[in-house]
Amino acid sequence: MDAQLKRGVLDVCVLAAIKNEDSYGYKIIKDLKPILELSESTLYTILKRLEEGRMLIVRSTEYEGRLRKYYHITDIGLKRIEDFKNEWKEIMDIYSFIDREG
Amino acid sequence: MYKYEFLTALREQLVGLPKEDIEERISFYEEMINDRIDEGKSEEEAVAEIGTVDEVVKEIAGDTKLVTLVKHKMTPKRSLRGWEIAIIIGSFPFWLPVVIVSFVLALVGFILLWTLVIVTYTVETALWAGSAMSGISFVMTLSNGEPNFAMLGMCVMALGGAILMIFGCYGSTKLTIGLTKRMMIGIKAAFIRKGGRK
Repeated sequence: MDAQLKRGVLDVCVLAAIKNEDSYGYKIIKDLKPILELSESTLYTILKRLEEGRMLIVRSTEYEGRLRKYYHITDIGLKRIEDFKNEWKEIMDIYSFIDREG
Repeated sequence: MYKYEFLTALREQLVGLPKEDIEERISFYEEMINDRIDEGKSEEEAVAEIGTVDEVVKEIAGDTKLVTLVKHKMTPKRSLRGWEIAIIIGSFPFWLPVVIVSFVLALVGFILLWTLVIVTYTVETALWAGSAMSGISFVMTLSNGEPNFAMLGMCVMALGGAILMIFGCYGSTKLTIGLTKRMMIGIKAAFIRKGGRK
């Protein structure tokens, strides 16, 4: 897959993983496992990029005597998911045009 | 490998990254290992799932831009004193050639790497041209009334070669792109490992 496209898709996947409730690194990896294999380093880079784009905010919460970082989606992040879905609709229209018989 | 060993080794290998970046990454991996242990895995299992220190460094190298690494290396940790600046400027006849030579060596490395591609494409072009030329020659002998079948044979052979060579071009390009990517990751990993100043 084209690197640029892949990056965009991965970003939205991670956003979708924290969409309904705040989540933490290891849980995101486990939740995404059925659809894609994400390494820790890749996830780190994606989370960093999303944080810089203010699509999520990070807060450290104490969990069993240690700190754990939770990621919370922002309105910008939610909008990114919606934009992606709309873009994808356009792409699907183009796909069906390319794929049509004859 | 135990968690502490892993994180210590990783911290030592990441010296080329900005300090706050190192600490953030270390705490990220630490959390990842702790979460796996909480899930019931042994410390060694949890660390093994993250991968080896070497793999992690290479992945980080793949995700980090070379410019960022070079910039970090070039930025002084504190502002330079007047005499230090004077020495740096005064000693330019010594360090400038070193910089130029390293740059040229890197460039030569990349050109060498891409030579295979250049050669296959040159051969490909030559075969197409040869095929076309001998084809034209054959047609010309044909119009003279004395067809030269050796020319026709050459035309067909060169054409066949040219078609086969398409796979050669494809293969060499793919191979070289792969090698270039690996070389870049190697260079970046070297920056991350040894780029920092103690």
